[in-house]
Amino acid sequence: MNQPLPKAIAEQAEIIAEHARREGLDFYPTIFEMLSSEQMSQVAAYGGFPKRYPHWRFGMEYEKLRKQHVYGLGRIYEMVINNDPCYAYLLNDNMFVDHKTVIAHVYGHCDFFKNNYWFSQTNRRMIDEMANHGTRVQRYIERYGQERVEEVIDTFLSFENLIDPHSMFMRRRASEQSAEQKRQTDDENKKNPIDGRYPAKPYMDRYINPPEQLRADREAHAKEASEAQMNFPEKPQRDVMLFLLHNAPLEDWEADILSIIRQEAYYYAPQGQTKIMNEGWASYWHSTIMTNYVLEASELIDYCEHHSGTLATSPGRLNPYKLGIELLRDVEHRWNTGRHGSDYDSCDDMATRREWGKDKAPKGRVVGKGSPGREKIYEVRALYNDVTFLDEFLTPEFVDEQNLYHYRQDPATGKMVVVNRDFDQIKRQMLFMLTNHAQPYIYVMDGNYKNRGELYLAHSHTGMDIEIKFAVATLKQIYKVWKRPVHLHGRIDDDPILFSFDGEQSTQQHIDEAVPAPANAF
Amino acid sequence: MGLQIDKDHQRFRKIVKGKIRKDLRKFLTRSELIGREGKKYISIPVQGIDTPHFRYGDNSDGGVGKGDGQPGDKVDGGGDSGQGGSQEGQHILEVDVSLEELAEILGEELQLPRIEPKGKHRITADRDKYSGIRQTGPESLRHFKRTFRRALRRQIMSGLYNPAAPRIIFERRDKMFRSWKTVLSPQSNAVIIYMMDVSGSMGDEQKELVRLEAFWIDAWLRKNYQGIESRYIVHDVRAGEVDRETFFRIREDGGTRISSAFRLAKDIIENNYAPSEWNIYLFHFSDGDNSSESDSRDCCNMLTENLLPCVNMFGYCQVASAYGSGNFINVVHEHLNDEEAVITSRVNTKDDIYDSIKTFFSAGR
Repeated sequence: MNQPLPKAIAEQAEIIAEHARREGLDFYPTIFEMLSSEQMSQVAAYGGFPKRYPHWRFGMEYEKLRKQHVYGLGRIYEMVINNDPCYAYLLNDNMFVDHKTVIAHVYGHCDFFKNNYWFSQTNRRMIDEMANHGTRVQRYIERYGQERVEEVIDTFLSFENLIDPHSMFMRRRASEQSAEQKRQTDDENKKNPIDGRYPAKPYMDRYINPPEQLRADREAHAKEASEAQMNFPEKPQRDVMLFLLHNAPLEDWEADILSIIRQEAYYYAPQGQTKIMNEGWASYWHSTIMTNYVLEASELIDYCEHHSGTLATSPGRLNPYKLGIELLRDVEHRWNTGRHGSDYDSCDDMATRREWGKDKAPKGRVVGKGSPGREKIYEVRALYNDVTFLDEFLTPEFVDEQNLYHYRQDPATGKMVVVNRDFDQIKRQMLFMLTNHAQPYIYVMDGNYKNRGELYLAHSHTGMDIEIKFAVATLKQIYKVWKRPVHLHGRIDDDPILFSFDGEQSTQQHIDEAVPAPANAF
Repeated sequence: MGLQIDKDHQRFRKIVKGKIRKDLRKFLTRSELIGREGKKYISIPVQGIDTPHFRYGDNSDGGVGKGDGQPGDKVDGGGDSGQGGSQEGQHILEVDVSLEELAEILGEELQLPRIEPKGKHRITADRDKYSGIRQTGPESLRHFKRTFRRALRRQIMSGLYNPAAPRIIFERRDKMFRSWKTVLSPQSNAVIIYMMDVSGSMGDEQKELVRLEAFWIDAWLRKNYQGIESRYIVHDVRAGEVDRETFFRIREDGGTRISSAFRLAKDIIENNYAPSEWNIYLFHFSDGDNSSESDSRDCCNMLTENLLPCVNMFGYCQVASAYGSGNFINVVHEHLNDEEAVITSRVNTKDDIYDSIKTFFSAGR
């Protein structure tokens, strides 16, 4: 569907790649494609991929993006996929200077994908994987009908956010490894421990993975697991999707779809965890490469306009590009001038602090990791995610310089008003917004509640209550999967409440001694 | 060009329209893109379906913003703090949208038919439009540029042109003249008479709803008619005509006698707008708490006898209010159910405005 990349742009991509490498960026081979704005909207609606499984929500996203474009409200300049090789898309009606900026920006992202720790567990052949998911879902649609498959997908999407992004990093010793947790080894011919499938070409799938066998395996597996442990699950389990995948009474194809959605959720998780850093890093490099190397004098005005447009902030909304690039530059500056460590931290003379290490700052252009500041930000890009990045590097000086404030709803008028510019509060608020993608932590506490096979979930309360209407609606969706009554332990206005849905009625009750406790407690 | 996503898109549209997967319609949401019309911010509705998720409740904890401002200052466009870091790689620009475009968008979104002016109102007006060129005509209409160009071309071709001393001399055959065509354009006049109940029970919130509703009514009708006039009537127990500004600002107390407004509307129509020449629209906004049953009956009589025969539409829009019975809408239903020109709608929150507009104009009257 793509048009060939014009020669001039291909040449620029080479030149910019050269500069990026010299600056120390290390990225997968990157393939640029040129798209029309419709195609770009499609790719963006598909979360960056050329092909996904059929589902209406992509159409919904597409409509929104088209409207934004048609009414001139927004424009997607660039898309890039975390994949080896990286794929990046350029918009064909952009100006030449925009293409250059985007290319430089993309190399920043590619470097980040390749080197940031939080991406280390992602599937680098996701493009193939997504296409494969598309084929599998398409096959189920042909067999079971679009309506039915879509309903199942919609149901699963209601809890696609209930995963444990940290579980990707868990490594257990072999003796401790339960059957469930034997996860991915790279050996391709082994059966996939999650859904018990052997890799197979689609047309051979039914013979290599006979559905009866898979179901029998899964049942045996579930039985083994339930006998092996008194508490079920053994401890509170955050990966609700995995728990349902293993334990809910699903048809074979339903389980496959659930594993597809879960896999995609894990693939996207690191992007949610590193939005500020990733965009900040890419903007840092497009700015550095453009202004130091490849910007022509005649392109200056357009470059400045688009660069500042990307970094513009509107009230009440933090721009991750802006916050990211400014904080990275601040870190670079602090490490260049030695403004860290106990000597600096314990100094409370403002004048001294302001002048601290000014003479040490490198003069002139720094290339690659040629300064302590650069070295530090390369380290930051490898090891941090948004939460740890802000937690460690946000300083009162930075908050002050960036003119940040804390706002909240005024109960009297319902309008959002500035509350104050208190550093601790601002930082706490920002971290809260970023932790778990500003979504509540939900755990499976008991899969056999009251010894009646009911499912007991709990919200681990970290300061904000859950939305009741949505919680009840979500419980109903989970019921469709679990097919036995489901419960959610929530805390509303400091009062423990048990929300339940038994297939017909949804109820809520105050939790006291009369309510049986689940197998696990926090 | 066929894109793969078109299938998904069509499926989404079908769901939104309620043709398939009706169970999903309860998750319909209406967010908006923000554009700007003059100094006003306007929103372009975007429909979506939000499958339920566990998520946090109210946003009273607020968020972090960037910019100037003292404690207590309003944060514009805030409220999305939970989404703070999750915007896709794109930025929202503010754009100016003209009223015309706005109505276009509205019409498209709500799939409103264009209004068919009443048959007898179709007056055609002759208008001369300069749209062509010809070789004969009066000197006063000579098209200098074209004439010059022809002369230049002729001179170059015939070798008379000297670039060192450029001198162009017109001949008769060079001359070109503007010409006109007479266009017959249908012209229809329309008047909107807005009536609003300003009795004690209509608070600021209700007025805001009326203002928004009236804005959209105005936008849509202006798109459909060229010459449009608006008249504004406010009433409690008595009615008076006011200007637009006052209409939206005025604050009064007292009871409600709706018939007073209808009487005044009738006078205005009789004195100024002959029904044979004008498309007349009446809109009445009230919380529906009329003072007496007998007055409500009077209203209905007056509508059937005096007003309905000469108007395109009588739109009654009842806004929810904390006080009062809101009974008038029921009276209207009871007595005027058979009248095609009577259309009623209820508006309780801003979200209802879209539906209300759609109710008013979907018949294309």
